[in-house]
Amino acid sequence: MSGLGVADKVMLGTALLGGAAGAVGTFAVLRKRSLVGDMLAHASLPGIALAFLVISFLNREYHADLNERSLLALSAGALVSGLVGIAAVTFLCVWTRTKEDAAIGIVLSTFFGAGVVLLSRLQQQGSSGGLQTYLFGQPATMRQADVLVLWIVLAVVLACVVLLYKEFQLVSFDPGFARAQGWPTLVLDLSMMGLLAVVTIVGLPIVGVILMAAMIILPAAAARFWTERLGRMLVLSIVFGSASAAGGTLVASGHLADWLGFDPLAFGNNANLPPGPTIILAGTAVFAVSLFFAPSRGIAARLVREVRLRRKVLYDHVLRALYEESEPSLPRRPAIATSSLVEKRGWTRRQLTRLLRRAERKGWLEAVDGRVQLTATGLEQGARLTRAHRLWELFLVDQANIAIDHVDRDADDVEHLLPVELIERLEQQLSASGRLPSTPDVLPQSPHELGSFLT
Amino acid sequence: MVSEITKSDGRIVKSEAVPPAVEIHDMTVAYHRKPVLWDIDLVVPEGKLVGIVGPNGAGKTTLIKAVLGLVPLASGHVEIYGRPYRRQRHLVGYVPQRESVDWDFPVSVLDVVMMGTYGRLGWIRRPGRAEREVALRCLEQVSMRPYADRQIRQLSGGQQQRVFLARALAQDAQIYFMDEPFSGVDAATERAIVKLLQTLRGQGRTVFVVHHDLQTVREYFDYVILLNMRLVAYGPTETTFSTQNLQRTYGGRLTILDEAAEAMRRREPVS
Repeated sequence: MSGLGVADKVMLGTALLGGAAGAVGTFAVLRKRSLVGDMLAHASLPGIALAFLVISFLNREYHADLNERSLLALSAGALVSGLVGIAAVTFLCVWTRTKEDAAIGIVLSTFFGAGVVLLSRLQQQGSSGGLQTYLFGQPATMRQADVLVLWIVLAVVLACVVLLYKEFQLVSFDPGFARAQGWPTLVLDLSMMGLLAVVTIVGLPIVGVILMAAMIILPAAAARFWTERLGRMLVLSIVFGSASAAGGTLVASGHLADWLGFDPLAFGNNANLPPGPTIILAGTAVFAVSLFFAPSRGIAARLVREVRLRRKVLYDHVLRALYEESEPSLPRRPAIATSSLVEKRGWTRRQLTRLLRRAERKGWLEAVDGRVQLTATGLEQGARLTRAHRLWELFLVDQANIAIDHVDRDADDVEHLLPVELIERLEQQLSASGRLPSTPDVLPQSPHELGSFLT
Repeated sequence: MVSEITKSDGRIVKSEAVPPAVEIHDMTVAYHRKPVLWDIDLVVPEGKLVGIVGPNGAGKTTLIKAVLGLVPLASGHVEIYGRPYRRQRHLVGYVPQRESVDWDFPVSVLDVVMMGTYGRLGWIRRPGRAEREVALRCLEQVSMRPYADRQIRQLSGGQQQRVFLARALAQDAQIYFMDEPFSGVDAATERAIVKLLQTLRGQGRTVFVVHHDLQTVREYFDYVILLNMRLVAYGPTETTFSTQNLQRTYGGRLTILDEAAEAMRRREPVS
C-alpha cells in the first residue's frame, strides 16, 4: 500500500467505504431504518467536538489541527453522541408519545446545532478545517492508517453480513416470526444498527455529516430495482456503493478532467472540490439510471408494458368488432366496409386505418378497396376474444349482479387481462349453471344488443 | 397413560403420561400498562383443533402473541407439554397475520418457506439441500410447488396465506398458532387449509386458529375459546359454542373492565 499516491489512496479509501455502506444500507433500507444513519451522523457532531476538547485538554496543546487528532478518539466521541441521539429519540417516542418523525426532527437538529456551535468555537481558537471537515468531508487528509481502518471496517462488515445473512434476512422480513422461532431479534437488530453506526462514523471525515446518510441509502435503493433476490441485491448494492464512491472521487480530484482532456466542472472559481458531494451525485446518477432503465421494476419497462397493453387492447377491439360484424354470415367470411367500423367504435378514421394496416401486416385480415375481410387466423383470434368478452359479461350479469347496460365497459377493461386458466374456470361455472350453449364450439350470445354501445 | 406422537417423517414416538399440550396459568397482558387480557387460564389437550373467537379488540391476536412471547406478560406463565415455554419453543409453530410483513421484500416463495427451517438450523449454518427439499415438500402440501421461484409480491392473497402455512409446516412443530389464516382467502384455499388442519390433527398436533366466521366454527374446531378481554368460555365446541355464551362474548364489552383498564393506563384511581 505504501506505493500508492495520495489520489489513489483516497480513491481506494472511498471505494472501501462505499462498499461497506452498500452492504449495511441493504438491510437498513429493507428494515425501513434508513433514517437511522442520518440521525446517527447528525447527532455525532457534538461528540466529535467534545472528544476534541478532551484530547486537547489532556495533551495541553490546544492549538493543534483537528485533523491531526487521533481518528479513533474522535470516532468514539461521535459514536457515543450518535447513540445518545438515538436513545433520545426512542425515549421521546416511548415515554411522551411524540411521533417518531417529529422526535427525529427535534433530536437531529438540536444535536446538529450544538455540534456546529461547539466546532465553530473550537475552530476560531484552533486552526482551519475542523468544522468544514466534518460537514462535507475532507478525504485528502486521509493517511495510510485511515485506509487500513477502512479495510478493517469493510472486512468486519462483510464478515458479519456473510455469517449472519440468514438471521439478518429473517429479522428484516418478519421479526415477529423470528422471535417466535426463538431468535434474539433485539440483539440482531442492534447488531445491524451497530454495523450501520460503525460505517457511518468511519465515513464522517470522508463524506461529511450531511451526506453520509445518502451514501448508505442510495446504493441499496438503486440495487432494489434490478433484482427480486436479497443476495443479488446485497452484491449489487456493494458494487454500486464502491463504484459511485470511486467515480465521485475521480471527478472531484480532477483526474477525470485529465482523462477527458477538458474539465466539465470548470466554471465559477476553481476552488478545491470536496469529493463527498460528487460521490453522492455519482450515487444519484446510478439510482436514476436504475429507476428508469431497470428491467421490470424500472419506469421505462413499466411504460413499455403499459404501451404494449394499450396496443393489445386496440387490436383486440378491432378484431372483436370485425368478428361481430362477420358473425351473422358465418362460416362465410364477409368483406366489411371500414366505414361501418368507424360508426361502431370511438375511433377516428385515421386511427382505424393505421390499426387495420398493422393488423393486415400481422396476417389477421385482408383489405380490398375500402373493405376488410378476416383471414382464417384472424377469425380464430376474433372468436377467442369475443368469447372471453362474453363469458366475462355473462359472469358479471349472472353472478356479480351488475346491470346489463354497464357490463360491456367493465368487460372491456378486464377481458384483456384475463388469464386462460381463469377463462376456463368461468366457462365451467357458467356451463354448470346452464348459461352456455351445449356445443362447445358455438359462442355464447351477448347479453346485450350488439353495436348499441360506446357511442 | 400411553400415547403416540407421529412425527412428520413417520416416526412414532411413544411416551407415557403425556401432559397437556398447552397450559396457560393466570395470564394477564398489558400494553402501555393498560390491560388487554385479564387472568386467562386454559388447559388444552394434544391433537385438537382449537378456534379462538371473539369480537374486534377482544385480544385474540394478543393471546397468541403472549403465548409465543412476542408481547410481555404482566403476570402468569405458559407451559408446553408440562415444561416452561422457553425450553419448548422448538415445538411451537407460528402463522402470523398476512398483513404483518412487507410482501415487496426481495425473497422468493421458496426462500420464505425455508425460513421455517431456520430454528432447527441454529446460528450461522445456511440452509442447504436438505432444507430445500423440506421446503419444497411443504409447498407441495399446500399446492404451491409451481410457484417456488416467484417473488412473493406476485401472489394472490390466498396464495400468500398458503406460503405462510407452508413455512409453518417447515417448522415441523407439535403445536401451531395461526392468526386469521382464513382472512381474505378464496373458497378453494379455505377448503385446502381446513384439510391441512385435519391432517395436522391426525398426526397428533394441536392447532390454535384465530377465526372470524362464526358459521364455520362448529364444522372446523374441536374446542373453542370465546374471548372478550377475559376468557368468557372455553371447552369442546359442541357444548361451549352456545347461543348464550356467544351473547356473553359479543354482547357489548364489559364496561367496567374497560374503565378499569383505562384508569390503569392513566394511573388514576377509578372515581
